[in-house]
This record gives sequence, C-alpha cells and structure tokens, in this order.
Amino acid sequence: MSDRLHGKLERTAVGFMLAIVVAGSVGGIVEIAPLFTIHETVEDAPDMRIYTPLEAAGRDIYVREGCYACHSQMIRTLRDEVERYGPYSLAVESKYDHPMLWGSKRTGPDLARIGGKYSDLWHVAHLINPRDVVPESNMPSYRWLATTQLEISDLGGHLAALRAVGVPYTEEMIASAAADAYGQSNPDSDQSAGVTERYGDETQVSAFDGVKNTVTEMDALVAYLQVVGRLTNAAYENTAAPEQVPDPNN
Amino acid sequence: MGQLTTGEREFASVILLVLMILGIAMAAAGRFDPMGVHGGMVFLYSGALLWWILTSFFGKEPDASRFSSYYDDPIKVGVALTLFWAVFGMFIGVWAAAQLAWPSLNFDTAWSSFGRIRPAHTTGVIFGFGGNALIATSFHVVQRTSRARLADQLSPWFVIFGYNLFCLIAVSGYFMGVTQSKEYAEAEWYADIWLVIVWIAYFVLFVRTLARRKEPHIYVANWYYLAFILVVAILHIVNNLAVPVSLGNAKSYTVWSGVQDAMVQWWYGHNAVAFFLTAGFLGMLYYYLPIRAQRPIFSYRLSILSFWGITFFYMWAGSHHLHYTALPLWVQNLGMTFSVMLLVPSWASAGNALLTLNGAWHRVRDDATLRFIMMAAFFYGLSTFEGSFMAIRPVNSLSHYTDWTVGHVHAGALGWVAMITFGSFYTLVPSIWKRERMYSSALVEVHFWLAVIGTLIYVFAMWNSGIIQGLMWRTYSPDNTLVYSFVDSLLAMYPYYIARAFGGLLFLIGAIVASFNIWMTVRTVPVAVQASSDAPLPSGIYGATTSPAE
Repeated sequence: MSDRLHGKLERTAVGFMLAIVVAGSVGGIVEIAPLFTIHETVEDAPDMRIYTPLEAAGRDIYVREGCYACHSQMIRTLRDEVERYGPYSLAVESKYDHPMLWGSKRTGPDLARIGGKYSDLWHVAHLINPRDVVPESNMPSYRWLATTQLEISDLGGHLAALRAVGVPYTEEMIASAAADAYGQSNPDSDQSAGVTERYGDETQVSAFDGVKNTVTEMDALVAYLQVVGRLTNAAYENTAAPEQVPDPNN
Repeated sequence: MGQLTTGEREFASVILLVLMILGIAMAAAGRFDPMGVHGGMVFLYSGALLWWILTSFFGKEPDASRFSSYYDDPIKVGVALTLFWAVFGMFIGVWAAAQLAWPSLNFDTAWSSFGRIRPAHTTGVIFGFGGNALIATSFHVVQRTSRARLADQLSPWFVIFGYNLFCLIAVSGYFMGVTQSKEYAEAEWYADIWLVIVWIAYFVLFVRTLARRKEPHIYVANWYYLAFILVVAILHIVNNLAVPVSLGNAKSYTVWSGVQDAMVQWWYGHNAVAFFLTAGFLGMLYYYLPIRAQRPIFSYRLSILSFWGITFFYMWAGSHHLHYTALPLWVQNLGMTFSVMLLVPSWASAGNALLTLNGAWHRVRDDATLRFIMMAAFFYGLSTFEGSFMAIRPVNSLSHYTDWTVGHVHAGALGWVAMITFGSFYTLVPSIWKRERMYSSALVEVHFWLAVIGTLIYVFAMWNSGIIQGLMWRTYSPDNTLVYSFVDSLLAMYPYYIARAFGGLLFLIGAIVASFNIWMTVRTVPVAVQASSDAPLPSGIYGATTSPAE
C-alpha cells in the first residue's frame, strides 16, 4: 500500500517537491516560531544597556577578525563553567546582539565575563602580542589594530541599521555617533560628557589604547571587550521566576 | 560553449554586460569599502567570460544532432572547478591547522590570521569543493536517470559560473574582513542575494529537466538533489535576512538577535550539514554506487524510509548545538530527541549502501574507486552514529566547545563527503570525457590510501584532544577546586594540533594526486568506443529498465 502511494508520488515532480517542503518545514516552525512568542524565552532586565558607538564598532572588529571562531560567549549551566568563568549566560544578555556571538569552539577561553576582568593595558598588550602576557598562547597577534584609525564618520549609519533591526538607538544617538566614539576614548575631551549622558553612567570612558586624541581600532575592540557581559546585572541576580499563586477560578 | 546557439550567445552577452555594469556600480558605491574591490572583481569576472563568448560569437550555428546526446560540457567545467576548490580549500585548512600549532605562521598580517582564513577554509571546501561537486554530478545524474538532455543550454553555464562567482566573492571577502560571522553562512548580503538568483536558476533548470524525463518514476538520487536544492534555499534565505548599513557598504546586521539568532543559525548550520553535505551527496551515492558496483540498490523501501526520515527529522536537530545554553530547555530536548531518532534513517542509508555491495566485494578489493564509495558509506555510518551520540545532553556537556566537534565534522567531511565525491569523480570523468579508463589506476590506489590514512590521523588526533580538553576543564581536586587552568588544557593540545595538520596534509596531497590523474586522463587517455546507450531517448518514448536501481 505505502509502496503504491510512494510510487505515485515519485511520478509527479511537483507533488514530490511539495512533500519535501512540508516535511522539511515542520521542525523549524515548531522550534523557532515560539521563541518569538513565549515571553519567558528572554528574561526581563530593566537595567539593560545598549552598546555605545565605539563598543558597537569594536564588536564589528571582533566579528571581522573572526574572534568567535576560537572564543565562545556563552557560559553553560554547568558547575565547572560557572566556577571557571562566572555566572551562566542569560538570553537577555544578548538581546541586542545582531548577530549573537555565542560561538561553538573554545580554542581560547570563554569571553562572556571578560568585561572588567583585566585592565585596558593588559588587553592592549595581549592583542599586540598574546605571548608577551600568556607565553603558551597560540592566538594570532593583532598589532595593526593599534595603528589603524577607526572609521568613525559612518558610525551613525551603523547605528541606524541596528535600529532598523530592533536596537533602541535614538535619533540623537545616531546623530552624535562619531562624536560619542571620539569622546569615549578621550576622557578629557569636550565630547566625553555626552557619552555617559546618552548611554548611562556605567559606560566606561577611557583612553583604551593608552593614546589620546586618536580613535584607533584598538580603542574600539578594547572598549567592546570591556563591556562584554556588563550590559546588565541580571546574571548576578536571582533570576528564578517568582512562584505563582494558583488562581482558584482556573 | 561550442553548442550555444547564436541567440543564446546574444543572451549570455547581455547578462554579462548587465553584470559588468553592476560591477562598476558596486565599485563606485563601495569605493571606500571592501565592497568596491568586489565590484572590480565582478567586472573582471564577467568581462573575462564575455571575452570568451565574443571570441566565438560569430561561429557557426550548432547542428541539431546535439539534441541526441547529453549536455556534458558544463559538467566538465564543474569538475575542473571542483578540483580547484578542493586543493585551495584544503590547503587553507592545512595552513589554518598549522597556525594553531605554530601561531607565527600567519606572518603577522591581517588577512592571513586564523579568524579570517578559517571561514575561507570552510567556505572553500563546503561551497567551493562540495557545492561544485553537487552541481556537476546533479547535471550528470539527472540527465542519465531521466534519459533526457538538460532542459536548456544557457542556464547550466549561468548556474556554474554564477555559483563560482558567489564562492569567489565570499572567500575573497573573508580575507578582507567581510563577514557576517554566521558559521557556514559568513558571506555578506550582496553575495547572499546573488546566490538566491543563481539558486533559482538551478532549481528551474533541474525541475525542467526532470519534467522532460522519459522515465515514469523520479529516481532516488534525484529526490535527494531536489531536497538539497529546495531546503538549502529555505535555510539560506531565512538565516541571511539582514539590513545593510548602506548600499555602498559590505557590512550588514542580521534581523535576528540573541537567542532567536542562535536558534536560526544552528537550524541553518545543522541543516547545511543535512541538506548540503548529506542529502546532495546521498544523491551521488545512489547513482554512482550501483553503477560502479554493477549491482542494483539493495532495498527500495529502505531508500524511501531513509529519505523521508532524513528530510523530516533533520530539521529538528539543530538545537543540539545549544545544549545547556540560554536557549529554552524544551527546544534543547526536542533537538536531542530528534537527533537520536535520526540514527534510524541515517543507518538505513548507510546499511542500504553497504548491503548493495553484497556480491560485489571482489570488486571492492580490486577497484579503489569502488572502495572510495564503500569507505564513504562506512564513514557516513560512523559519523551519523557519533552525531546522534554527541547530541545527547550529558555527552554534549563534555564534547561541546572542544576539538571533538571538529573531529566529528571532519569524519563526515573527509571520510564521507570528500570520499564519495572522489569515488563519483573517478566514475564520472572517464564517462563524460568518453575515455576508456582513468589515466592511472595505481594513482587512484595511492589517493585512496592517502585519504584513508589522512582521515584516520586527523580524526584520532581530534578525538584525543577533544576528550582530554573536555575532561581537563571539569577535573576537580579532592578539595573541590578546578585542577587545570585554561592554558594547561591548551598546552596539552599542541601535539594533537601538529598531528591533525599532518593528517590534513596527507588528505591534501591525495586531492592533488586526484587532480593530476584527472588532468592526465583528459589529456592522454584514448577515446573509448562510444557506448550507444549513453544518450537521451527521443521525446515521447518511455524506457523501462534504464535507471540503475531497477
């Protein structure tokens, strides 16, 4: 019987194609669509910040250089990972990450809690030559980042594109993106006050690469590394859902 | 190319002119951006092809006798491009592997650092080598099993050259830092849009050729090629939805974010394995195995079971890449469950292939080409078992993030995908070039052993390093503290990274031997007396017993 049924199906290309599309679509629809509708999928985190233009530019460099190929940003709910790296990662922490950089391979350690763990100076030394600070390391050196000027004039365009995909950047943030990038990496400049005003007092304003009056790709990447895992405190708080009182009418 | 009619030559010239203009537009809009370089490449690429067409633009019309033979010219170009990408992609792979053992091998330049050449390796081998092999063999298989000539003469060229333009833009982009960072879908938005256009042409051509079939039934191999074409289109479009910064900027931001993006990426990523690296290559297996073994496929019912099992189950399995992450547990558990169930259709395929060899084991012994196909089926069975095993949550807690995953992927990629491709090519090449045999069967034998030994060294090195790494990360001392720092685990990896690079090098040498052997076959082996059966049937006639399974 089923042989005959399939025998028929094999005779029609259109029917066969429809069957493939139907059989192949079910899994994706069942697993992906609810992730957008079930509220608990992403936790609420009222203190969640968004990347500053400099941090967003640093993230683009992280993507460009393929850092995700060797470093994950996803601490799993396993005891040894929590003890090695810190609190396990929550979905809300990558809520504004387009794309997410959870990674799939740890040739180097996880970076989900790297922000604030080392000084700016350490990061700069490490990126210039990893073996200067970690002799056993097999990471490539990224010394050219320190001498390459960051392209800040089109950062507004980047923020606008991010806003188009759902990150809540305001008009003002987009308009002052270049100035904010300069201000964040030049603490004593006129532009630096606006950065914390727009992105919150938690924002780190610093001469990341140690050199003032310029904005290099090193500034951007270190600014990003220093904010990874620090956009919200949610992972450090008790995030278990409060117990619901049963509704007697239900 | 010689068979193109004047009208087709004109149409091709128009397409190429449009592409040249597009290239200029990209170069102008992206003049401050890597996109400008890509514009220049599009211009030169289409310009070179246009030049090629113009050199024979006023040649005489092809005669009508061409319709009584299969259209194999595009397949020949596809074979050559497959081998080019194989050697290129594997070379980059060996280089990347060596960099992990000796980091200074990037010579301190940006373009050659590990993070940039790694996607060049994966795209080079998956899309360059694998994709070209799939397109070339699908053109061969669909014509033979349908006993019909390709539905049209221009679109096969458009598909092959258009697809390779995609590969070229993608790979050259990574060296310049143009990437979306989505694993196995790193190419940026304009390359992705171009691939959609090429893919639609491929789909239309394939289905139109099927519609001309002189066989009532669609042969199993074509089911798999169809699933490959259709599902890859769905995956590619959904995963790559993105908003570019501007029309003159290579950078784009994906519409998906965070946990949803993770799920979409691994739904794509795992099913790129399923429908690119499995379904398409099973199509190859179902045609070249029975041809080479001279035996019909063992079981028609097992073919049906495994085809629909793979098509349905695989699409659920992607979330096993996200065990213990911030992805909701119910999705993780669904992914695990379906991954385990996947073993049934996977082993049904592998078993069907190996049982087909029953009665032909003497050929396996004597014929290295058939041994390639047998070994591919064996590694397919092995890596699908391993995959289901690693998808189980507690196992995954150890294997994830380690080299074990890399070893698993290469058991599939080297052992299954590459070996079935080489086995198919050693069958396909003498057939389409109408040669008596391959140039050297001894070199096929050499290639076989290089491939097997290279794969085994690679896979054993990665199993060892992965499991050691995973265990070191979770080793506790009696007083409940972690024993090893991360760097301790990295130090333990170095010997295995060297072994892995060596295994990969052997495999690369094998691919070079294959390219030489195929080149010499085309150049020197005498033309065989043409088998009259290798021709399409005239329209309106149904052949009853021509496809290999019947």
